Amino acid sequence: MALNDRHAEAVAGIVDRVVTRYRRDPTCMVQILREVQEACDWISPEAIDRLQATLGVPRTKIEGVAGFYSFLYLQPRGKYRILFSDNITDRMHGNLTLMERLCSSLWIEPGKVSEDGLVSVDKTSCTGMCDQGPALLVNNLAITRLSEARIDEIAELVRSNTPLAEWPADYFTVEDHIRLPDILLGSQMAPGDALRAAHGRAPSDGLMSSNMRSWREGLPTGLGGPAAMLDEIKRANLRGRGGAGFTTGLKWEACRNAPLKSGQQRFVVCNADEGEPGTFKDRVLLTSYADLVFEGMTAAAYSVGARRGFLYLRGEYRYLLEPLNAVLERRRKEGLLGADILGIPGADFDIEIHLGAGAYVCGEESALIESLEGKRGTPRNRPPFPVTNGYLDQPTIVNNVETFAAAALIALKGGEWYASIGTKHSAGTKVLSVSGDCERPGLYEYPFGVSIRQVLADCGARDTQAVQVSGPSGICVGPAEFDRTIGFEDIPTAGAFTIFDNSRDMFEVARNYVHFFQHESCGFCTPCRVGTALLKNLMDKLHNGCGSPYDFAEIEKMNQLLQSTSHCGLGHTACNPVLDTIEKFRPAYEKRMTRKDFAPAFDLDQALAAARQMTGRDDPGAHIIAEEFGEGSA
Amino acid sequence: MSHTFTLDGKTISFEEGQTIMQAATKAGVFIPHLCYHPEFKPHGSCKLCTVKVNGRQTASCTMRAIAGMVVESDTPEINDERRTLTQMLFVEGNHFCPSCEKSGNCQLQATAYHLGMMSPHFDHFFPDRPVDASHPEVLLDFNRCILCSLCVRASRDVDGKNVFALSGRGIDTHLIVNAKSGQLADTNFTLHDKAAQVCPVGVILKKREGFAVPIGERSYDKQPISATVEAKQEGY
Ligand SMILES: Cc1cc2nc3c(=O)[nH]c(=O)nc-3n(C[C@H](O)[C@H](O)[C@H](O)COP(=O)(O)O)c2cc1C
Ligand code: SF4
Ligand code: SF4
Ligand code: FES
Repeated sequence: MALNDRHAEAVAGIVDRVVTRYRRDPTCMVQILREVQEACDWISPEAIDRLQATLGVPRTKIEGVAGFYSFLYLQPRGKYRILFSDNITDRMHGNLTLMERLCSSLWIEPGKVSEDGLVSVDKTSCTGMCDQGPALLVNNLAITRLSEARIDEIAELVRSNTPLAEWPADYFTVEDHIRLPDILLGSQMAPGDALRAAHGRAPSDGLMSSNMRSWREGLPTGLGGPAAMLDEIKRANLRGRGGAGFTTGLKWEACRNAPLKSGQQRFVVCNADEGEPGTFKDRVLLTSYADLVFEGMTAAAYSVGARRGFLYLRGEYRYLLEPLNAVLERRRKEGLLGADILGIPGADFDIEIHLGAGAYVCGEESALIESLEGKRGTPRNRPPFPVTNGYLDQPTIVNNVETFAAAALIALKGGEWYASIGTKHSAGTKVLSVSGDCERPGLYEYPFGVSIRQVLADCGARDTQAVQVSGPSGICVGPAEFDRTIGFEDIPTAGAFTIFDNSRDMFEVARNYVHFFQHESCGFCTPCRVGTALLKNLMDKLHNGCGSPYDFAEIEKMNQLLQSTSHCGLGHTACNPVLDTIEKFRPAYEKRMTRKDFAPAFDLDQALAAARQMTGRDDPGAHIIAEEFGEGSA
Repeated sequence: MSHTFTLDGKTISFEEGQTIMQAATKAGVFIPHLCYHPEFKPHGSCKLCTVKVNGRQTASCTMRAIAGMVVESDTPEINDERRTLTQMLFVEGNHFCPSCEKSGNCQLQATAYHLGMMSPHFDHFFPDRPVDASHPEVLLDFNRCILCSLCVRASRDVDGKNVFALSGRGIDTHLIVNAKSGQLADTNFTLHDKAAQVCPVGVILKKREGFAVPIGERSYDKQPISATVEAKQEGY
């Protein structure tokens, strides 16, 4: 048999095995592609042939999905696929120099595959290891605390073709770094306690009657628990921890009241996509508080009447898949998942883990659902909303990891207790992922209402110039605003708290964020797809020393357009980091203004570089000095 | 049951379930659009049809009409934004109108005229998008693709063939065809497919028919794109 045929046969065997495990279900496309790639290193045309045959879907669908996700490859990327995390904090720790070191040691260029097909090295968006960066992913497994020595060792391991399983375990250690626990990070709850408490609670009369119909529909009769659980969540004033702060009780109630067509059911989805640069709290919650999160999901399912749930785990956290599956398995054994949970007849609920594949936009809840359904992660047109038309067009709640963890605490201790913590409009606590210029990066949990100043003091930050709260899509505050507080009344946040001291160039911070948005735009709508690319070009133009006040006007125009016409939140917020830093750190921009009114991005002298190289000339006559042609420096 | 809303001060009646775009079109009011086509499921990606509803901007091709809503469309502010979106589409691809077979029949070009677009304004991206001339009857010039997905929807929903799809992400989003070789010749695409007729720009072109109708006598040479809405209205 020819080598090619043998190869195709081997690939077909792998594809068949994976596809069978997913019941030949095309809605599992993302999982299927990811697993095929784990076995084959990439998604080859032969693999697509077989997928097409076994799943009965057109090739265009498979290639369209595979092409969307950063971690799925339609071209070979090497046996070792190394991606350096490129968040601003990784930059501050010298990730680019380390990447160059690895590339030169392996004799390759960034973004390219080595001649022998062994290895490729490239960059990727924030991997959620900001408190222990710089970090990289090798075949989607995270390696933290990179140093020159570690990079040299990695080069050697790659060169010697050492299987990943034999790389030093120490590389893959991910620390929790819990610096300041409160009710959530300090919780000692035993698995099942929250559910028992929820089940035992009697509903208040009002809720009981208003929800009679819906909870009867979803759950066996005679149960007080579900309505009471919802009642507690409402009483707690819990608001979503994913950023937007939508009232959790309303969301759950809307889902519970959504009519079901025949054959339909309700779903609970935990959003663990955590892609916002600078956020890593969900990673820690899933590492050390998984029971709390799953228990919150189960309480939610109990309350809305759902039988199936998904945890959408970002691809960067691939290493958590097995430990989390082990927790789920244990909970099944303990009767906390599966059929008749806690012995309550008809209280059935189970959770599956769905792993993402490198797409920040999949954190947007409707894009997340599309991805769960095995599609490209394009946000949907809304309305309708997921609470009525979510996963496979069925009522679905999507909540953040921390929201579910908080729900478990509420189930256990009641809504009133929870509402008494924090502020009037922001009940409870918030877990912050602190990183950047401070002595003790890691997780800090505070009751809402804590000031920026307090957090800076607690984590040992000095000479702080700025804090980016809630990542690039959030807001950048300077020292004049350090008395502002975390909470929905003032500065809402999904959790990122990135600190920059006086040595940092805030223009470069904004530029890094703009590159992030450009890379992560899904490309569906014109304003965001093209606008983020134009914005990136503008910032690069300033970086290259071709700035003028004209560019400020262009940035402002882009902001207007993206705010008002983008399809989803990514586009709406993509200009935030630039606008904020222009407003608050204008000198960083002024420095880059080389002309009084306009400077072109096109650099004549640069354009001649290739000609100079070819002719071997580099004398003054081979250069064009811009000043001689322009209208003079500012 | 019939209800009404106002569009730029004009009372528009609509039926339950209709979008703003559908109702406006039926009433003979033109709202610029590129990814919308009355025969296909609305998509909402080009954002040219953005209008202001009760003060908030939204795509009128996907937004259901609600009785009493106040919609603004033909305002300087919104038309400015539409013009910028059009400029973005021009610089994202390679649109050299004078050398394009679709000139005069092209919705992007006609929309640019309608909006008074005088220059591309932004620096061109000049993407590298090789042409696919493999098919005996049809040429694919990807340089002009605006990713409206009309061909995707037509092939999937009408032809039942799935010849086209979008792949890639962000600014790298691009059209692909259903063949291992990536070539149109290796698909079951034919000139009779609905998908062969829907492209609003000059990507899907019939071969050996260049300039059959001279430029100057083409659809939008004779009447502006805004006039087409009345024609469509008669078709209802
Ligand atoms: C571009 C984008 C990315 C998002 N990423 C996340 C995320 O990683 N995690 C998250 O919980 N919510 C994310 N969200 C918000 C979700 O759409 C949704 O509001 C949230 O999951 C709801 O949960 P909550 O009510 O518990 O906050 C994102 C939104 C947008 C627009
Ligand atoms: S705003 Fe950006 S990310 Fe959101 S749908 Fe539009 S292109 Fe996609
Ligand atoms: S080929 Fe034409 S119809 Fe298809 S997506 Fe591109 S512009 Fe739209
Ligand atoms: S026509 Fe409505 S978004 Fe394109």
